[in-house]
Amino acid sequence: MRDYLLDGGTLADGKSAQILISDGFISEIDAVVMSAAANNAQKIDVKGCIVLPGFVDLHTHLREPGREDSETVESGSRAAAKGGYTAVSAMANTFPVADTAGVVEQVYALGQATGLCDVFPIGAVTQGLAGAALAELGAMADSKARVRVFSDDGNCVFDPIVMRRALEYVKKFNGVVAQHAQDPRLTKDAQMNEGLISSQLGFKGWPSVAEESIIARDVLLADHVQSRIHICHVTTSGGVDIIRWAKARGIQVTAEVTPHHLLLTDELASSFDPIYKVNPPLRTQKDVMALREGLADGTIDIVATDHAPHPAEDKECEWQAAAFGMLGLETAFSIVQATMIATEMMSWNDLADRMSTRPAKIAGYSEHGQMLKVGSRAHLAIVNPEKTWRVDRDLMASRSRNTPYHGMEFPGSVVSTFFRGVPTVLDSKLVGSSYGS
Amino acid sequence: MRHLLSTKDLSYAQAISILDTAQEMAKVSEGPVKKLPTLRGRTIVNLFFEDSTRTRISFEAAAKRLSADVINFSAKGSSASKGESLKDTAQTLQAMGADAVILRHSASGAAQRLANSHWTSGSVINAGDGTHEHPTQALLDAFTIRKHLRSGVGDLRGLTIAIVGDILHSRVARSNVHLLSKLGAQVILVAPPTLLPLGANTWPVQISYDFDPILPLVDAVMMLRVQQERMNDFFFPTIREYSHYFGLNSDRLKLMKPSAIIMHPGPMNRGLEITAECADSARSVILEQVTNGVSVRMAVLYLLLAGTPNEDEGLRA
Repeated sequence: MRDYLLDGGTLADGKSAQILISDGFISEIDAVVMSAAANNAQKIDVKGCIVLPGFVDLHTHLREPGREDSETVESGSRAAAKGGYTAVSAMANTFPVADTAGVVEQVYALGQATGLCDVFPIGAVTQGLAGAALAELGAMADSKARVRVFSDDGNCVFDPIVMRRALEYVKKFNGVVAQHAQDPRLTKDAQMNEGLISSQLGFKGWPSVAEESIIARDVLLADHVQSRIHICHVTTSGGVDIIRWAKARGIQVTAEVTPHHLLLTDELASSFDPIYKVNPPLRTQKDVMALREGLADGTIDIVATDHAPHPAEDKECEWQAAAFGMLGLETAFSIVQATMIATEMMSWNDLADRMSTRPAKIAGYSEHGQMLKVGSRAHLAIVNPEKTWRVDRDLMASRSRNTPYHGMEFPGSVVSTFFRGVPTVLDSKLVGSSYGS
Repeated sequence: MRHLLSTKDLSYAQAISILDTAQEMAKVSEGPVKKLPTLRGRTIVNLFFEDSTRTRISFEAAAKRLSADVINFSAKGSSASKGESLKDTAQTLQAMGADAVILRHSASGAAQRLANSHWTSGSVINAGDGTHEHPTQALLDAFTIRKHLRSGVGDLRGLTIAIVGDILHSRVARSNVHLLSKLGAQVILVAPPTLLPLGANTWPVQISYDFDPILPLVDAVMMLRVQQERMNDFFFPTIREYSHYFGLNSDRLKLMKPSAIIMHPGPMNRGLEITAECADSARSVILEQVTNGVSVRMAVLYLLLAGTPNEDEGLRA
């Protein structure tokens, strides 16, 4: 295995450092690496760049098995690597659903075979995501995929007794239920955020309370059974308030926000272009600001992409007929920089925490999200905060093109990604998993 | 103007121009030969993804009175179900050389989606999109009000118009709120709170949950069709209760000014939102709305299709 010397970069805390990577681990980290091994290492110039722990996504739709026309574990891994990710969490809403040990082991194995990042499957909470009967959570936890995060994402675990049992049961193996908080009765046929825009456009609205009431119920349930709960893609200011209250009470709740909910608002629906159709929906500017504040103060623990690839025909139609979801992996970092760093709401340390350390901790991905220190696995995201770029949907590594950011320019790029000490991306280009080996 | 997608995006001048043109078109319809050669050789497609005999034949009559060739295309269902997608249908019509597509669709925004796509190069006229807009209905309503209460000239300043019923699900209401207020009328929405959209209080309207106190104030009352299915979604307890509070009947008729007119976009549920007595009274202009619908649609087709399209002048929506 080749050794690498990262030269000229800074760490999240602003200190300049050379980093020597040997055999997949960080072997030295110092202002100037002195050891003889550095002479034989391949030197990689990272001047002007910040070296961060590789990003960890807790919410990724890789579509395999079943919808390989929109994404595969392989294409999704490429998108992840380009976005600076070294670990992603494959959501369970595949065909068949990832509700058995067999399916999660298959997805895990596909990820390992691709070798561009770790692909950790998320198991379904209920059989077939139907919300009625628990899936074999223990079998998935004990499988080779070692599943610790369970979610019916796309569907809410609505039945309170099913939710209660799931929360209790996963304590057996320190698992966590990631809830898609959406009251299905309040959101039947809903198309977008319920508010002034939906009223004007004549769309069935998706009220904030449909999300907030489930968050409130579930933090109380988690408190009652003394278990952990993770709230997927929080979108409303009221949701942030409830989570803040729950944390103050000592409830073991964690929460995520997506890049698109940090940036975009429901006004975009006025175009009737379903590229902006997403579940949960884009909300108002007030919600966007509350989400940013929540992420900055730690109420919202992490950024998760909810990367949701869809083929062209599922978006080239009228809004109501279109699929929910947008791409996220390749643009997440730039959006977090634009919304949180450029606005001085967060430091680079905070960004590393929200995009790497905390998601790894929530999911128990012990090899990921580590501080950059001697002995750490060399999972790295190297970013250049000064390198602007323009999003081009035709240049996406994802198999799908449904990015709402096409043509937008962002500050800051992912320049390189190292997975297990091997570069998967150099100069913002994929180099493949076999590079240097 | 290349397309007519909404009244929201219509300027005051454009709206007046359509109404004035419709006035001219009405004269044609009243004459012995109900036909103009203006759109000879042009092909207009009625593309209806949703059943609507009235609107379709109104557009068809309008197009034929302007000598256009009319193709009726009923495409049941949408790309959500097993039917052909909007894109494929539009491209098929484009390949057949349609100069204009009149689109009725159950999805809000379908007309705008079609107009902004590259699926068709022709003009798109929104003949009702989901619960969003139905601009030609609002234009014919404004035309009818102007004719009766403003002698067919100018705008609607000084008039008070009540729109009564299921505002939430009504594209007619949305289009009328934009257009009537743009033309200077005071619009009052009358409905139970369940049938008003969130934030309707930010619209240029007044809102009343009670019908009776409004009646003496209005110059025109526009009754909306109430669908029995709404009861199943708990929008109101029973049809009888709805009718009791929000139906137009002879008692309420007595509270109205003698000059005030009764309107309904049709089709009516007689005995539900409006009694037969009111629908057939001398104050009712409901059938006249149908007649005026043809004139207004002739005006829209004429303004969109006659002559060379020019982005810089005339109407643009």
